[in-house]
Amino acid sequence: MPAYRFPQPPASDITPQQVYLSRRSFIGGAAAAGMGLTLGAGEAFASPLTGTQSAYTVNEPLTPLKAVTTYNNFYEFGVNKGDPAENSGKFKPTPWTVKVDGMVGKPKEFALEDLLKMQLEDRTYRMRCVEGWSMVIPWIGLPLSAILDQVEPLGSAKYVSFETVVRPEEMPGQSGFFQPLAWPYVEGLRLDEARHPLTILALGLYGETLPNQNGAPVRLVVPWKYGFKGIKSIVKISLVEKQPETTWKNSNAREYGFYSNVNPAVDHPRWSQATEQRIGEGGLFGTKRVPTLPFNGYADQVASLYSGMDLRANY
Amino acid sequence: MAVIPTLPRKYHAASIWALYVIGLCPAAWYFYEALTGRLGFNPVREFEHLLGTWGLRLILATLVITPLRDLVGINWMRYRRAVGLLAFYYVLLHFAVYLTLDLQLDFGAVGGDILRRPYITIGFAALVLLIPLAVTSNNWSIRKMSGAWNRLHKLIYLIAIGGLVHYLLSLKSITLEPFVYIVLTVVLLAYRIVRRPILDWKRGRRNARQSLSPRA
Repeated sequence: MPAYRFPQPPASDITPQQVYLSRRSFIGGAAAAGMGLTLGAGEAFASPLTGTQSAYTVNEPLTPLKAVTTYNNFYEFGVNKGDPAENSGKFKPTPWTVKVDGMVGKPKEFALEDLLKMQLEDRTYRMRCVEGWSMVIPWIGLPLSAILDQVEPLGSAKYVSFETVVRPEEMPGQSGFFQPLAWPYVEGLRLDEARHPLTILALGLYGETLPNQNGAPVRLVVPWKYGFKGIKSIVKISLVEKQPETTWKNSNAREYGFYSNVNPAVDHPRWSQATEQRIGEGGLFGTKRVPTLPFNGYADQVASLYSGMDLRANY
Repeated sequence: MAVIPTLPRKYHAASIWALYVIGLCPAAWYFYEALTGRLGFNPVREFEHLLGTWGLRLILATLVITPLRDLVGINWMRYRRAVGLLAFYYVLLHFAVYLTLDLQLDFGAVGGDILRRPYITIGFAALVLLIPLAVTSNNWSIRKMSGAWNRLHKLIYLIAIGGLVHYLLSLKSITLEPFVYIVLTVVLLAYRIVRRPILDWKRGRRNARQSLSPRA
C-alpha cells in the first residue's frame, strides 16, 4: 500500500464539537418549531453520537444540516428531493442487523449495537452527486475495512456487494405501479476500494445517528465516487468473485458505470460533469458553480487504485 | 349540449385578460418562493423545472381546446391564443433561468449543451419552433396568412412531442407523473388522427336524425 498523504487541518481550524452541536440544536429547534411533524418522526431515533477526530477529513464550510436532511436522493422513499424527508417517518431503523457473508472465513451478523460500539470516527467529506451538485457532510462512522477484517475475506473474493433493505410497507417508493428502480438497491466496490481507509460505513452525521432520509441506520460513504454509490440502509454485505450487478448500472449502463469515480473529464451522456453546484450556498441569485475535481478532490489518496486503467472506458 | 353555462359575450375580453393574469401567477408565486427560500436548497433548478413543467402543461392545454369543442361542446376557442402565448412565455422563462441563473451566461456551456446533449437540443428546437407561432398569433397575421396560418400552427404537434421528449430525457427514471404526460400527449395527438372520421360520423348521425324526423 502506498503512503497516503491526507490533508491535516490545523487544530485551530477544526470547529469544536460544542460549537457545532449548539449550532445544531439551534437549527433543530427552529426546524422543530417550523415543521415539527415532518422532522418529528425522523427524530424519534436520533440520538447523540460521537466519534474520535480523524485526519481523513476536509476543512471546508459544512453544508447546513437542514440541507443535508431535506435535499436527498433516496428513491425507496420517492424520486423528488424532498420525498425522503417527507416519506420516511414510518421507517424503523431499529432493531437492525447487517449480514456479512459470501467468500469469507467467518460470516457474521452485526447488530446495530455492535457497530455503534466499534471505534467511530468523525469524517467530514465532500459528497458529489452524479446530477451535478455537491455537499460537505460531517459523517460519523467506521472504516469498512474494520468490518471486512473481522470476517476474513477469502483469497477468491474480488468484489464487495451491498444490499439495501426491502420494506414496501415502510418505504413508499418500493410499492405501487411506477417503481423507479428494481429492488433491492444493490451497490458494489472492488475489494481494494472497499478496504481503502477513506471508505466508511456511516452511522451518523452532525453529531447524531443517521436520520431515516440519509440512510438510517447504516450506509456506505465512498467520497471519491458519485453519491449513488453510497448505498443506504444496508442489510447485507457479500464478498464475491464477480463484479456485482449494481442497480443504476442495470437501469442504464450507458449513463452509470460500475466505477462511477467523480471525473470532470468524463461527461454524463446528458450533462457535463465539469462543474458542480454546492447545495445551500447562494440562493436564487448568486449560486456559483465550482469546478469538479478528479476523484472529487481525493486523487492523492485514491488515484493509485486505478493506475493503468482507462477511466474513460471504466466510467 | 354545453355542460357549463355560456359566458355572456360582454365578458369575453375581460375573461381573456383574466386568464393572462391567472396564467402568470404560478411563475410569480414560484419566483417569490425561490426568493424567500421556500423552494428547497436548490432553488435555481427547482424554479427552472417548475417553469418548464408549466410550459409543457400549457402546450398540452392548447391541444385540449379542439377536442373539448368537438366532443363535449364547450367552446373555449377564444382562450386558445392566451393559453398558447402563456405556454411560450413559460418556455421562454424556463430557458432564461437556465441561461442566466443556472449556467450564468456561460455561453460556451450553453452552446455545448445545445449541440451535444440531445435533450437540450430537442428542448431548444421546441422553443425556436414556438417563436413563429407566437409572432403570428395576432389577428392581423391570421387574416393575412389565411390557409398558411393553419398549416404553420400545426407545428404545435411537433413542439408538443419535442417538449415531452425533452422532459422525459431530463429524468433519471419514469414514474407516475411523467407517465401521465406521456398518456396526455399521445391521446391529444392521436385525436388529431381520428378527428376527421369522428366528426364525419357525428355529422352523419345528425343528418340521419334530421332526415328521419318528419318536421326537422
